[in-house]
Amino acid sequence: MSGTFVGMPAFPKAAQEAVGNPTLRANLRHATHTIRAKRAAAVAEVSDWAALREAGKQIKDHTLRHLDRYLVQLEESVTAAGGTVHWAADADEANRIVTRLVKETGESEVVKVKSMATQEIGLNEALEAEGIRAYETDLAELIVQLGKDRPSHILVPAIHRNRGEIRDIFAAEMSEWGRPAPEGLTDTPAELAEAARLHLREKFLRARVGVSGANFMVAETGTLVVVESEGNGRMCLTLPETLISVVGIEKIVPTWRDLEVFLQTLPRSSTAERMNPYTSTWTGTTDGDGPRTFHLVLLDNGRTDTLADEVGRQALRCIRCSACLNVCPVYERAGGHAYGSVYPGPIGAILSPQLRGTGSEIDASLPYASSLCGACYEVCPVAIDIPEVLVHLRERVVQGGPVTLEGNRTVLKPAKGHAAERAAMRAARWAFARPGALRAGQRLASRTRRLHPRTLPGPGRAWSGSRDLPPVPAEPFRDWWQRTNGGDAGEGRAK
Amino acid sequence: MRVALFLTCVNDTLYPDTGRAVVKLLTRLGVEVDFPMAQTCCGQAHYNTGYRHEAEPLARHFSDVFGEYEAIVTPSGSCGAMVRELYPRMGERARAEGRGDTLAATLAPVVPKTYELTEFLVDVLGVTEVGAYYPHTVTYHPTCHGLRGLGLGDRPRRLLQAVKGLELRELPGADECCGFGGTFALKNSDVSAAMGADKVRNAESTGAEVLCAADNSCLMHIGGTMTRLRTGMRPVHIAEILASTEAEPAL
Amino acid sequence: MSSREQILGRVRRALADVPRDGAPDGPDGPKKSDGPNRSDGSHGPGQVAGYEEAVAREYLREHGERSAAQTAELLAENLADYRALVHRCTEDELPSLIGRLFADHGTRTVLAPAGLDPAWLSATDVERVEDRAESTAHELDGVDSVVTACAVAIAETGTIVLDGGPDQGRRRITLVPDHHVCVVRVPGQVVSSVPQALERLDPARPLTWISGPSATSDIELDRVEGVHGPRTLEVVLVD
Repeated sequence: MSGTFVGMPAFPKAAQEAVGNPTLRANLRHATHTIRAKRAAAVAEVSDWAALREAGKQIKDHTLRHLDRYLVQLEESVTAAGGTVHWAADADEANRIVTRLVKETGESEVVKVKSMATQEIGLNEALEAEGIRAYETDLAELIVQLGKDRPSHILVPAIHRNRGEIRDIFAAEMSEWGRPAPEGLTDTPAELAEAARLHLREKFLRARVGVSGANFMVAETGTLVVVESEGNGRMCLTLPETLISVVGIEKIVPTWRDLEVFLQTLPRSSTAERMNPYTSTWTGTTDGDGPRTFHLVLLDNGRTDTLADEVGRQALRCIRCSACLNVCPVYERAGGHAYGSVYPGPIGAILSPQLRGTGSEIDASLPYASSLCGACYEVCPVAIDIPEVLVHLRERVVQGGPVTLEGNRTVLKPAKGHAAERAAMRAARWAFARPGALRAGQRLASRTRRLHPRTLPGPGRAWSGSRDLPPVPAEPFRDWWQRTNGGDAGEGRAK
Repeated sequence: MRVALFLTCVNDTLYPDTGRAVVKLLTRLGVEVDFPMAQTCCGQAHYNTGYRHEAEPLARHFSDVFGEYEAIVTPSGSCGAMVRELYPRMGERARAEGRGDTLAATLAPVVPKTYELTEFLVDVLGVTEVGAYYPHTVTYHPTCHGLRGLGLGDRPRRLLQAVKGLELRELPGADECCGFGGTFALKNSDVSAAMGADKVRNAESTGAEVLCAADNSCLMHIGGTMTRLRTGMRPVHIAEILASTEAEPAL
Repeated sequence: MSSREQILGRVRRALADVPRDGAPDGPDGPKKSDGPNRSDGSHGPGQVAGYEEAVAREYLREHGERSAAQTAELLAENLADYRALVHRCTEDELPSLIGRLFADHGTRTVLAPAGLDPAWLSATDVERVEDRAESTAHELDGVDSVVTACAVAIAETGTIVLDGGPDQGRRRITLVPDHHVCVVRVPGQVVSSVPQALERLDPARPLTWISGPSATSDIELDRVEGVHGPRTLEVVLVD
């Protein structure tokens, strides 16, 4: 499997592979159902969940509405605390900045805390091209990196792997990267975690440059927050001499106090815990404790384009908890890889086509990767109405319309490949605006009903490949209503 | 009380039995039912597939047809949610596009008086015991737009529990989507079919004869999967169960 | 144009449709806050005017009403739930308890921050290692145990928070050794909730929030304790 998402096919095709893979289906089902039940229990513990959710939504909305001010304030706060702030308009610029900063230290390797932003920009590949090796230190990221695989979940990038597969990857690949896996490694999770501990410890202890993202940045104080479980985050944030954090501009909250909301909602939504094992906060640099040099790279990379869309901008409220993935019936069957992005699942289906535009096959297909069941909206701790944005993006695909790309307002044309559907929708609208036409169609269907097959050829197989068609009744309801005056019950009352 | 039956285009064309059941049930409960012949479609399929502008004339037509009634009752959670949740949003979007308040004002009257059938029974008529008789084992699937869109909660289950002769069996994974999702069933047919098969297997595991839901679109998908998988179970709309009596039992 | 100007310009254009809450961007830009939220709940002048009103904070300051004793009990319960080993003792019993914990763990060397109350280690003869500025991570890796105080503990979540104070030391000393003994003063250092903890903490200091030993859910989304941080966390609640 290739390590990148470039040239992904459309979602339905990409999903086929997962749907037909029983091991993957079982892994995903087990994992998502496990965490789903735990999350529900963790959320049920707090009686004010709805109020926390609403406050989180409002804090994020307020921040986004004043993002320019808060960005400037954050920059001042971080600078005053001894950090250096860099601005990156896109992935290339962010990668260039980080590469330069690493080179200035004279080092040729970095340790990384799991970070969605650095995955989004392909930082590891960019560093590799410049001769710098980036070691992922989160257990799941390590599994993905060693397996030359792609992440398939926001919280648990190796969710598609079961313990047996992980054992095999560790046994085969660890020696390539450093300390080999212990002899006779079994597939018990505790032993696998121990193998990762030993493998990574030598890297942590010698690392001089750490790279991270952040869950939150506090504008008022210049504080960054990383929420994690394993302690790899603490290692990367404290032991190196230089720390470089790459963070999306939407990760700001205005005040220190605002963390009281998110430090309650994020752990419960994410790992389904009252609190995750480790949360680190740091404000610039501290004498004698932790990195002596701190760089913050503020990343746009499509976020301002997303901000420009009044329906779609709510996606920027996302705190990357992944609760929506764990309840999504489509994610559970299609797997994370089918989404062709580091952001899979429902949130990915609205985030990727906004950050990257709807120009590619995969991005134009993502808004349709949902049955609009609404489970994602229900669990979202910042109340992102994902179905609403999905429908909005479908509209963008089929109808086109105003959109902002790389900061420029433009008007999109309707996407190709929807001509037949568009014609059908127009015809249906025409008929539905005329009850007589609808009725003529219904009668035709009823009169020819004995000729209808239970399965369909050609494109109709999309339905009847797996489902029988319902029989068409002898007469539509409206004919019965008129013929019988609404039946015995409604006699004499029909118009 | 005089109400309009908004049957929905799918039920009108493919499931007239459901329509007849609603008429029979409501009439039995003393409600005067009218079926405005000019009704067609709420526009949900258009809207959800990305053709909001094509859905607008259908919404306006809906409002013209139903605007004068005291209450509008529909045996479909998703079409009910379309009117209640999405008509206001269509009005807002038109406003945001600089087209003024006309659409919002046109659609506003029908929004608060549109009820899904079970909601109408429990909230408006105040009944859970509707005098029904249905001597079968039934498992209930709460459809997504009824459950999460309209917030039907336990209303359908309370109605079913009061039906004489009916044995209700818990459906494992009840609140998970069946995989229909309108055009999703066609555009992502592999995933849709996998979801449908899982739903049917869960239903089978209850040992019930009947899977009941309050939306025939979902039942079309689940039922089509049931016959394809040769389960022997059958899908039945909740209206048909609630309309069934000892004198005139439904199948 | 710098990327900074470009991004800020894009943000402003993107927000063209948004009412600005009556808080125009003055020529001076936003002012620097004079610090974190103060105990009276007011904020520095850094936020957009009217921020307090912009967000409805209808959530609770704490969940349920408890006496100080019940709060400590809840802390112990929640710490234990996430596999921390919890001990309770009086001030007088503390040195001998700490001595016993080291003995049980087989500790030969212990690291204690410079500002730790020397009495805490008065009943043990394990070798005490100083954390010097030039101590390397490798040296820390050779230490068996670390003992620290804490800044605050949160009962509802089973969390202890370290703020790098003199009795807690720099962050790395509670990270690299595999056995961490943390002493919490009850009831003085115990709060009920996350909101109450944030009020007490100074964001200018590097903070580490610890809820049980290191753990991962990365294998089949099942929680396993013990990855990179101390695999054994012992919390002593001192009444």
